[in-house]
Amino acid sequence: MRPFVYEQPSDISDAVAIASRFTTNDDQPTRANAQFIAGGTNLADYMKLGVAEPNRLVDLNRLKDPGLRQIRVSEDGVRFGALVRMGEAADHAEIKRRYPVIADSLRLAASGQIRNMASLSGNILQRTRCEYFRETSWSCNKRVPGSGCAAIEGFNRQHAVLGGSDACIATYHGDFAQALIALDAVVHAEGSRGARKILFSKLHRQPGETPHIETDLVADEIITAIEVPALPWARRSLYLKIRDRESYAFALASAAVALDLDSDNVRDARIALGGVATVPWRARAAEQSLQGKKLDEATATAAADAAFAEAQPRQHNAFKIELGKRTLMRALLETRDMKV
Amino acid sequence: MSQPSLSSALGLSRRNFMAGTVSAAAAPLLASSAKAEAPAPSGPKLRAPVVASLRINQQAYELSLDTRTSLLDALRDHIGLTGTKKGCDHGQCGACTVLVDGKRVLSCLTFAVMNEGKDITTVEGLATSDGKLHPMQQAFIDHDAFQCGYCTPGQILSAIGCVNEGHAESEGDIREYMSGNICRCAAYPNIVAAVLQARDQTKGA
Repeated sequence: MRPFVYEQPSDISDAVAIASRFTTNDDQPTRANAQFIAGGTNLADYMKLGVAEPNRLVDLNRLKDPGLRQIRVSEDGVRFGALVRMGEAADHAEIKRRYPVIADSLRLAASGQIRNMASLSGNILQRTRCEYFRETSWSCNKRVPGSGCAAIEGFNRQHAVLGGSDACIATYHGDFAQALIALDAVVHAEGSRGARKILFSKLHRQPGETPHIETDLVADEIITAIEVPALPWARRSLYLKIRDRESYAFALASAAVALDLDSDNVRDARIALGGVATVPWRARAAEQSLQGKKLDEATATAAADAAFAEAQPRQHNAFKIELGKRTLMRALLETRDMKV
Repeated sequence: MSQPSLSSALGLSRRNFMAGTVSAAAAPLLASSAKAEAPAPSGPKLRAPVVASLRINQQAYELSLDTRTSLLDALRDHIGLTGTKKGCDHGQCGACTVLVDGKRVLSCLTFAVMNEGKDITTVEGLATSDGKLHPMQQAFIDHDAFQCGYCTPGQILSAIGCVNEGHAESEGDIREYMSGNICRCAAYPNIVAAVLQARDQTKGA
């Protein structure tokens, strides 16, 4: 691991100032000399592997602002402080009641220990676990721009069928993000250029020709909060996650679904897919295909077909298209049948 | 049948022998790296040790550490508390689980310096001073909840955390919420039985 200087500021403005002093606006946050750390479950792992090489770590855990550690539920929605841990949000009674899809997505992610450590803001920024990204002897355009992609011709069973490019097909492995993108969440960030809000759907970047650019953030920006607008009908929502083993594994396919039903007819639907795409993936075509229709196996199948219409399989991951469709169909029908 | 090993014949444990080797070998390396960094005084002193005060099993320790030292390595290599085990060192196996401020965490994925001022509990801190085992330790013995024992300290700390979180209400709960602790001897049924037994006694421990 590369040696690093450790800093523990107590104010957000100091944390930004430190990062600002040791980075430029052209630095990608994941490649900058100074990087923020909260839970560390992703960054410490990647520092050990030589994938992340900051020479300065700015620890956010000593920041005093109490809002960073609070979950505030109101009639306007819910505001998660950036340093709330995954386990706290997963176990929060009001989150479980109002947004089951959020609580599910967190409960089914990682392990008990990691959920106690990992912050919500770090969780949404977690980096891919593509095997070729993790192991520095392979070529990887995300890790070393321009070096090529070993996954495209390699063993790509875990890789994405949606949102990929000829430069990168690495899967976005998070779960919470699928709930957030389905619910039109907004991220609050603070940096040397001031505070701003970012639509969650604009936070992550598809790889295109520049897979090393992973998010819209600049290197001195800190996520301070995640806001989810009120959505009373989100009580009828869930997150379904299909894995190689029953627990503590990344999704092969997952679906975040929320339904606004008038008896069995769909007034509105929110659908996001995980395990199959390069970024948190909102399936708007699938949502639209359900509008005004009675939700049954036939319309669920049509929605799933719409969701994967643009899917591009590679040698070992074509199964994800059928698996992803069936995951979404089951999630839709189970959401319809929820007692709320 | 039994042959005295070289180390026991010399009165050395393998661990002490290795520790001695490492410190002897490390000294010249440290000296040369300090020299190599000398021409850039304005740059960050990347390898300068930092002082970290850690509170482990209710005892205070003041350590001089490289910032890169994980909490796990601080416990094992710097303090000598080797009950906490290093399995994968990447957060995938749970062998290094300890309690920090009462919550179970992976000591391999947190830097020691990030844990200043926190209350850390390792397996060495569970029994009372008169040697009475923690109910979870006793339950693991009662149910033969291990074979090789390497994952056991992590399993026990994780189980205590799991119960305190209120996630041990059913066998299914225990299996789900203990999934971050891998046992390659597959003692899982016995581990679940042990957690169930200890559950009521360890609430609030």
